[in-house]
Amino acid sequence: MSHAIDITQLTKTYAGGHRALCGIDLHVEEGDFFALLGPNGAGKSTTIGIIASLVNMDAGRVSIFGHDLVREPMAARRQIGLVPQEFNFNMFEPVEEIVINQAGYYGLEGSAVRARCEVLLRELGLWEKRREMARNLSGGMKRRLMIARALIHAPRLLILDEPTAGVDIELRRSMWQFLREVNRQGTTIVLTTHYLEEAELLCRNIAIIDQGRIAAHTSMKALLNRLNCETLVLDLMAPIDAPPHLVGVDCGVVQVDAHTLEVTVSRGQGLSGLFAALAAAGVEVLSMRNKSNRLEELFLSLVAQGRQAQRGVGEGE
Amino acid sequence: MVSRAYWVAFKTLLRKEIRRFSRIWVQTILPPVITTALYFIIFGNLIGRQLPAIEGYRYIDYIVPGLILMSIISNAYANVVSSFYGSKFQHYVEEQLIAPIPSWVILIGYLSGGVARGLSVGAAVTLVSQVFTSLPLHNLWVVFSMALLTSILFSLGGFINAVYAQSFDDITIIPTFVLTPLTYLGGIFYSIDMLPESWRCISLGNPILYLINAFRYGFLGVSDIGLLQAYAIVLLFISVLFAYSLYLLKVGRGLKS
Ligand SMILES: Nc1ncnc2c1ncn2[C@@H]1O[C@H](COP(=O)(O)OP(=O)(O)OP(=O)(O)O)[C@@H](O)[C@H]1O
Ligand SMILES: [Mg+2]
Repeated sequence: MSHAIDITQLTKTYAGGHRALCGIDLHVEEGDFFALLGPNGAGKSTTIGIIASLVNMDAGRVSIFGHDLVREPMAARRQIGLVPQEFNFNMFEPVEEIVINQAGYYGLEGSAVRARCEVLLRELGLWEKRREMARNLSGGMKRRLMIARALIHAPRLLILDEPTAGVDIELRRSMWQFLREVNRQGTTIVLTTHYLEEAELLCRNIAIIDQGRIAAHTSMKALLNRLNCETLVLDLMAPIDAPPHLVGVDCGVVQVDAHTLEVTVSRGQGLSGLFAALAAAGVEVLSMRNKSNRLEELFLSLVAQGRQAQRGVGEGE
Repeated sequence: MVSRAYWVAFKTLLRKEIRRFSRIWVQTILPPVITTALYFIIFGNLIGRQLPAIEGYRYIDYIVPGLILMSIISNAYANVVSSFYGSKFQHYVEEQLIAPIPSWVILIGYLSGGVARGLSVGAAVTLVSQVFTSLPLHNLWVVFSMALLTSILFSLGGFINAVYAQSFDDITIIPTFVLTPLTYLGGIFYSIDMLPESWRCISLGNPILYLINAFRYGFLGVSDIGLLQAYAIVLLFISVLFAYSLYLLKVGRGLKS
């Protein structure tokens, strides 16, 4: 099976001496919908910048559909469409011209390109704005303009660096639908996002990167299976003075205030035992919700584990 | 197949450049035309009448070629320096860096933009000069090749300036403090034979002097220096600056961290 992206031992230290990537390995299969996650400053944009020839790498190997970035740069670049994190088009150019010019840089021109441009601009809701100067677009429209521009040459690999940052919920949903369709038609997609539910919803495989190191590289399913506990927030019918002593269930109980309890239960334990114990302790529950996104909790714990492991290594040296 | 793709990429870059300076023609085309028209009025009609002829030519006829070349120099330079710096500053140069275009195609694309603007302004200024005088044409080939080579050379200068520029101030420093003095002292307004010996020698170290004299030769058939020398100098400078620009673009100086 050919890999859309193959990265081995990639390192990058910026001019200021900051070590942004400390030898990462990353593999994305063809046709995948892949999420690259990580906290601010983790090295996501640096990785993407290197893949897209915008940042020089120090060491390591990157190949795109088998084309080595150093040995066959033109062939590699032809496969990639990029939606960067920051706006990078000429604000004084009209929308349609920006997209058509990008096609020109890939050696494409003529009626076929104009037709494809029209399809993309219509699908992304920009057709009415095609003669508008780019700077007159709203933030969400500017992002969609960058998506149209990235797809004009029909790349096999689409990379999006935080495409939904600052995009309203309705628009985000329509963008998800659009990207799913692009992926369904065979384009490999890699995206970074800080909305974990977005990754959960869209992506089949993920990597978590932190402080320039890969902290996890796995399938979404396997990751979710590793979630072994969740925290429930219980709103109580009547006020309580002290956290109840629950008999017969294995869980952590924290009292937040007189009307609120937080209970952490492990997966597969079942909730009926918990409720029976609560009833036995005389606590009546009014409503219940998950404390936070389970994925977010897992994400934080993975990042924390990675850092701990790293500290261990550091102390050993 | 590949060369066709590069050709399309080049055409796209050039079209984009021409659209850019045409869109803002009030800032790009009009000012040099007005400035040189003022020179023609002042030196041609107002005080030029009282000045003696140089090498058998009326003063206005003697200075017109230099004024045309000066507008070519400053516009070729200005176009590339502001266009490339702008694309770096607003990051849309990335549109080209991620695409499968070799550095030399990108470089030639930007240079062609500078050449297009230099020659457009040069042509406009030449037309305006015809209102004030009627210039002879000694050798069209020399006129055209010098205009072309000069605009290529100063487009390269503008490109290198843009690569190193960190702020908008940096793109005006070289034109103001280097280019303008060298041009004005490059024999637009006088023949160096009229200068004292020491100034004559210093002037010979100014490369722009050779370009202006060769260009004037194309119109009038007179020159302070040898034509071959002028071509040799401009071709040498172009080769060196082209190689250097290409190197800068390849390593991504000022573009890639
Ligand atoms: N051009 C640069 N020069 C110097 N340091 C840089 C540069 N770009 C990024 N860095 C540093 O490299 C590290 C990784 O940055 P990067 O942009 O890759 O993070 P990120 O994962 O994309 O973060 P975010 O989620 O905030 O976008 C950061 O510490 C950042 O400060
Ligand atoms: Mg980033």
